[in-house]
Amino acid sequence: MKIIEVENLKKTFNGFTAVDGVNFYINQGEIFGFLGPNGAGKTTTINMLTGMAKITEGKVKLMGEDYTRNAKKAQAMMGIVPDESNLYEELSGWENLVFCGALYGMEKYLREERATQLLQQFGLAEAASKSFKAYSKGMKRKLAIAAGIIHQPEILFLDEPTTGIDVAFARQIRNLIVDLHSKGTTIFLTTHYIEEAERLCERLAFIVQGKIVREGTVEEMMKETQGENIVNFTLGGDFTKIEEEFRSHFPDFNLRMGKNNDVSIHSPSTFTLFPFVQFFEERSLPVFEAKIVRPSLEEVFVKVTGIELQKMQSEQNQKGRKSQKGGGSRS
Amino acid sequence: MKTWIAFSSILMKDMRSYYLKPPNISWGLIFPIAWTLMFFLRSPVAVEVRDLLPGVMALSILFGTTSMLAVTITFERKSRSFERLLLAPISLNLLMLAKTSGAIMFGVVNAFVPVIFASFLSDLSGINWFMVLGSVILIAITSTFLGLFIAVSVSQVFEAQTFSNFFRFPMLFLCGLFIPLSDLPAFLRPVSYALPLTYGADILKTAINYNGIISVPLSFLMLLIFSVILFAYSTYNVNRKWIL
Repeated sequence: MKIIEVENLKKTFNGFTAVDGVNFYINQGEIFGFLGPNGAGKTTTINMLTGMAKITEGKVKLMGEDYTRNAKKAQAMMGIVPDESNLYEELSGWENLVFCGALYGMEKYLREERATQLLQQFGLAEAASKSFKAYSKGMKRKLAIAAGIIHQPEILFLDEPTTGIDVAFARQIRNLIVDLHSKGTTIFLTTHYIEEAERLCERLAFIVQGKIVREGTVEEMMKETQGENIVNFTLGGDFTKIEEEFRSHFPDFNLRMGKNNDVSIHSPSTFTLFPFVQFFEERSLPVFEAKIVRPSLEEVFVKVTGIELQKMQSEQNQKGRKSQKGGGSRS
Repeated sequence: MKTWIAFSSILMKDMRSYYLKPPNISWGLIFPIAWTLMFFLRSPVAVEVRDLLPGVMALSILFGTTSMLAVTITFERKSRSFERLLLAPISLNLLMLAKTSGAIMFGVVNAFVPVIFASFLSDLSGINWFMVLGSVILIAITSTFLGLFIAVSVSQVFEAQTFSNFFRFPMLFLCGLFIPLSDLPAFLRPVSYALPLTYGADILKTAINYNGIISVPLSFLMLLIFSVILFAYSTYNVNRKWIL
């Protein structure tokens, strides 16, 4: 059953088109990933779906019912965890959860019971009475997710849930997402971490400049790179100096630059490594490592969008750092 | 959906987080005393406390409510916690009523602090308390909605404070409390009649000292009209500016 159906969704701000006619659906019980670089339209799409932004054009249905012009009708069925905390700094973790439960009309005993249960489940029981402002970034994110599901919504919107937090907390949050999913919660997840999307999501959409450029299950997406042979070389010098020469020397091969003098060569057919090693060695670029790369979702993303992943992730990490300092932008 | 649960929780949270904080309670106590002393000091002749009561009550409400609401909403907007409220399944009107109710109650309580002081210093018999209560509530509502209007017009806390003064100080001098409306220059009188506090202060004058000059029903009607206009315009602006 489709829990959300989005038809030709469009958003313009003063003549600028942030989201340009996107179409997708989310099945009940699945984790749907929305991937794209900064400014691609991910947050704007979430804002339109959750009622924080007006829809310029298009239609949104929740459980078959059109709520395009009346998002309030649907908000009771949604849990929303934005990319930056929006809980109350002066309240404790427990008070924040109880307050959020009250916003959804939950009876006192019910919201208190659920708040206690969620704090336990999210490993925050010991910090329950601590003021929210004393929480670490990772704890804040966990509490924000708990606040998003206190009323047991039909669908949970998670906007960049692991951006800007340390590895251990990011791992805990991913485990929580898996746990929520196993209990039947439908999740709409925006992220720029391809490996996170690959690990968590059943279906995905890539969004670039407000347009969905590819949508499907992870398996369907991976088919695009099946049959492709990729070898990654780690070189002992700057490849860019010989890039032009390389392209003219090996015109049938696709080339992608990585970080730290890494370069990967792509070909639809199998190939031997020796000519490449020889080419590099002759130009005083020693080959430190050559490894066969199994095609991943990252390859699909780069192929479909033409966006280098490192660039996208470093931009997003900068955004995470900015938001930690109290700034932050919306995409 | 039991919307009253959301309404009462927002109201109670605001009371605990903002209005019942010690600095605000002390403000509520010190402000009327300061105003009363100021009137005594500036007056060359002996002043009857009862004569001062309408002015001190009106100003206590105006100063207690406008900046409080403007600052708290701007602060919540800045910290993004107001977004949490906008995402809740309650109508925008109900949400804004919940946010303003705390300030209205704070204003009403503030208004009666000088009455308590005055009861020890002056004879308060013969006052029409129903009329006083009605006008205090309506002054609190219009002043709070003025604060809401300010909150939706600015984005920074300091702007909210500056903008509040932009409205409050002209009201202070033009509402007939310091200078009787009949003594104002002709070109300023229309401005006076365009200010809600003029009507609220006049009802208090009638109720306490029987010396108001505007018809009481007309003043009540004007305060209701101001309340509706300020609230409708503010919620329209929230919908237009904050739900993009």
